Amino acid sequence: MKLRRVRAIARKEFIHIFRDPRSLGMAIAIPMLLLMLYGYALTLDVDNVPLVVWDQSASQASREFISRFDGSRYFSVRGYVRTYREVEEAIDSAQALVALVIPRGFAGRIESGRPASVQLIVDGSDSNTATLAVTYADAVALAYSQQVAVGQIQRHGNRVPRAPLEFRPRVWFNADMESRNYIIPGLIAVIMMVIAAMLTSLTVAREWERGTMEQLISTPVKGRELILGKLIPYFSIGLFDVLLAVLMGEFVFRVPLRGSVALLFTCAAIFLAGAMSLGLLISIVTKSQLLANQLAMVMTFVPALLLSGFVFAIANMPKPLQLITYLIPARYFVALLKGIYLKGVGLEILAGEAALLTLFGAAMVLLANITFKKKLV
Amino acid sequence: MNEVGTDKAVVVENLERRFGSFVAVNRISFEVAKGEIFGFLGPNGAGKSTTIRMLTGILAPSSGTGSVAGFDVRTEAEKIKAHIGYMSQKFSLYEDLTVEENIDFYSGIYRLLPEKKQERKEWVIEMAGLREHRHSRTAILSGGWKQRLALGCAILHEPPIIFLDEPTSGVDPISRRQFWDLIYELAGRGVTVFVTTHYMDEAEYCDRIALIYRGELIALGTPATLKTELMQEEVLEVLSERPQDAMDGIAALAGVKEVALFGRGLHVVAEDGESVAEGIREHLTKKGFAVERVEKIVPSLEDVFVSLIEARDRAEQAQQAVQA
Repeated sequence: MKLRRVRAIARKEFIHIFRDPRSLGMAIAIPMLLLMLYGYALTLDVDNVPLVVWDQSASQASREFISRFDGSRYFSVRGYVRTYREVEEAIDSAQALVALVIPRGFAGRIESGRPASVQLIVDGSDSNTATLAVTYADAVALAYSQQVAVGQIQRHGNRVPRAPLEFRPRVWFNADMESRNYIIPGLIAVIMMVIAAMLTSLTVAREWERGTMEQLISTPVKGRELILGKLIPYFSIGLFDVLLAVLMGEFVFRVPLRGSVALLFTCAAIFLAGAMSLGLLISIVTKSQLLANQLAMVMTFVPALLLSGFVFAIANMPKPLQLITYLIPARYFVALLKGIYLKGVGLEILAGEAALLTLFGAAMVLLANITFKKKLV
Repeated sequence: MNEVGTDKAVVVENLERRFGSFVAVNRISFEVAKGEIFGFLGPNGAGKSTTIRMLTGILAPSSGTGSVAGFDVRTEAEKIKAHIGYMSQKFSLYEDLTVEENIDFYSGIYRLLPEKKQERKEWVIEMAGLREHRHSRTAILSGGWKQRLALGCAILHEPPIIFLDEPTSGVDPISRRQFWDLIYELAGRGVTVFVTTHYMDEAEYCDRIALIYRGELIALGTPATLKTELMQEEVLEVLSERPQDAMDGIAALAGVKEVALFGRGLHVVAEDGESVAEGIREHLTKKGFAVERVEKIVPSLEDVFVSLIEARDRAEQAQQAVQA
């Protein structure tokens, strides 16, 4: 390994990147764009579910009940209707996902302490949102009926009995249960996987296509010098991307970073070396920019998105699929980032993931070196 | 160092390269002496580039042996690469890099020492006439400039042997001439030059020529030897009025093998030049063409090669006919 050659190659690659606005755009702008896009679009929280109300009771009691829905962050009243037909129309046209129907005798039954029933109609075509909406509505209704019950007891001059069981849930690591807080760290991992492999997937293939590789392999340059020289610039850009992503997480998405920043960047460096060597490997094998680019996309994006545990918990997958996820390098990086970001844990907990990530990185670097041959054909 | 004869830069024996069932280079053997300009001549697809790629160590031979600068092409390809300069057929520098950046890149690859690096860079820029364009991207350079720059980058490390694969294809005649001046200059300093071409006039500039056709070596020697010894037939130059109209009549004469337009006259290939010359004179006078000159000439390389290639094709056809 001769450093002067590595330096010459790294320098040349830097020039290629900085002279080509497209490659620079792909390296810097696309990851940021993806982070913005997915960071905002991929929210799993259900807020402000649109609601229509058919208030047949039209009483003070019913209005108070409705205000409980409207006052919560989970629902927003979009309109009042007066027939089932209109309820149907509102749900069909997606103007509302939920309809609340309060019967005529509602106020009277509440006053007299008799049980009253209220109908909730939910659009089940998005089952995730529907389930959450029903749960929220349940909670609102429960709180309201407790208040009514307490009021009645007090009116009769009795002491309010203590609830036999008081349930006090506390959610750790993501106290507000903001889905953004666990999506962003995973998202950084997925985006870096795709971008890293894509960036390097072109570099060797381009030299074969343009004929410059034929000249290069007739010189005494060593394969490992060439690979290292090509990795250095892309690796620097990759680390810069990670830095930008972390800054965006901090200042744009306000995701708390509880763990060690140094550990985060060390893991990112190992991960980048592996993902970029995978890109190089693809480039070396295909010798075609188009094919390499597509292959890099397919090999990284879909597995990283679906099988890394980024959105879909690995523990909920069928066993065979769980086994396959061990082959997805993004899985380890996602686990590491989530651990560092949300739990603030270090290597004492994440050593397994870190070891497997390092194994992946080393294997890819080695494979790229073995596969590159200084021969035509 | 593996000494294979100190005066030989290249030694090749039964070198063969197959791609599937296609034989690109069919067991060729030859030697190139140190300091020689060795021309590898043949039509497109004859196997010139395949041979040069095997010699430069970037393509493995299927069988046979060869050595370049004393190193085995099969087992010591990387050592060969340190002792040669290679310029491939396609322009192989980086078009988005400037002239200087390309030179700097290759001085890094060849690990030139800093003081040497500066000296060689200036030499290349002078040689290629690129002083005004040293900061221009190579994409904007003309063909001749690109060629000289590519040569410069390939010989930055002053290798004793250089391989040039069709260095002048697609370059204007003046640039071609300048390029050959450079080759002579290098050869004058003792550098061995192995050059492929399909230009006949360029072949004349070589010390020795090998003719390769369909993967086989069909002739080898100095241009003079090839012209005087290899052709069994004799060539007559005929200068007359309206040579184009006279052609058909001459072709029909007894003893004439071939007639071709050449310059402002005709070249006639015949077994026995003396007697055919008489016949042509009589024929032309009888038909009313004013005859300026009919005389035996030294054939051009083109005459020789066309004749050799046709003889080869005829022999092959005959063989196929027998086999069928």
